Amino acid sequence: MLKSKNATTKMMALVVDDSIVNQRIHHKLLENFGIENQVVGNGKEAIDVHCSGKHFDLILMDMDMPVMNGIEATRMLRAMGIRSTIAGVSSHSSLSEDTKEFIEAGLDDYQEKPLTPAKLVSILHKVNLHV
Amino acid sequence: MDRNQLQRQVALKRSFLFEQCYLDPQQFVQLEELQDDANPNFVEEIVTLFYKDSARLFQKIEQALYSRPIDFAKLDDYMHQFKGSTSSIGAIKVKNECSQFKEFCLAANADGCVRALERVKQEHQTLRIHLENYFQLRRQAGLVQRV
Repeated sequence: MLKSKNATTKMMALVVDDSIVNQRIHHKLLENFGIENQVVGNGKEAIDVHCSGKHFDLILMDMDMPVMNGIEATRMLRAMGIRSTIAGVSSHSSLSEDTKEFIEAGLDDYQEKPLTPAKLVSILHKVNLHV
Repeated sequence: MDRNQLQRQVALKRSFLFEQCYLDPQQFVQLEELQDDANPNFVEEIVTLFYKDSARLFQKIEQALYSRPIDFAKLDDYMHQFKGSTSSIGAIKVKNECSQFKEFCLAANADGCVRALERVKQEHQTLRIHLENYFQLRRQAGLVQRV
């Protein structure tokens, strides 16, 4: 279903979510798709991990988080020149004003929680387009 | 009770949880499908994490609810987070009570929030008992690997 970018480069993802339940589920979901992934607990940690030099093909970004929320983190990552696929994953309706602001911050995709394998496949198709 | 009978008990309990709308079968099955040889008890692990996190969130909600003046926006945020976790494990009845609580938050109705929180906690505890029973039956039926 998924192709690695090439024989030696594996897709890397970053899960950004303050819920330990969702962190574990999203980590396992990605792992089962053969995608190595790292987990952080808020938007600031997502920024910090990028500042440490790490690169991710895909970022699954929650909206509501303490310290720095997903909207601010997405805006900041884009301002830093990060062109990774950022998919917002939140329990807000896709029609809400908050979600619109989230999308406008620089998302490539938005999926309502709970994240399912089918929704992840839809997100991953967008990652392939960027490669 | 032999293993076949125990496995039937497990299946009956699972059906009960779905039919009585304690659990959303679609979401719960998707969690079960994440289980593999490396994580054979993944669902139980997630449920354990959920109840651990619930305790933390209930404490925050109660602190916010009994502080004066009540910050209803903060209350709503905490319940939103809790509701998100309930969706992730497919806990329908708990999630529905969370929605009721959020309605009272929106209306800045403190008494309503207090009553709604009690109902959230009741459904949360009822589900916990059912799930503990379910996982215990699975262990007895030999459906769970000891890690």
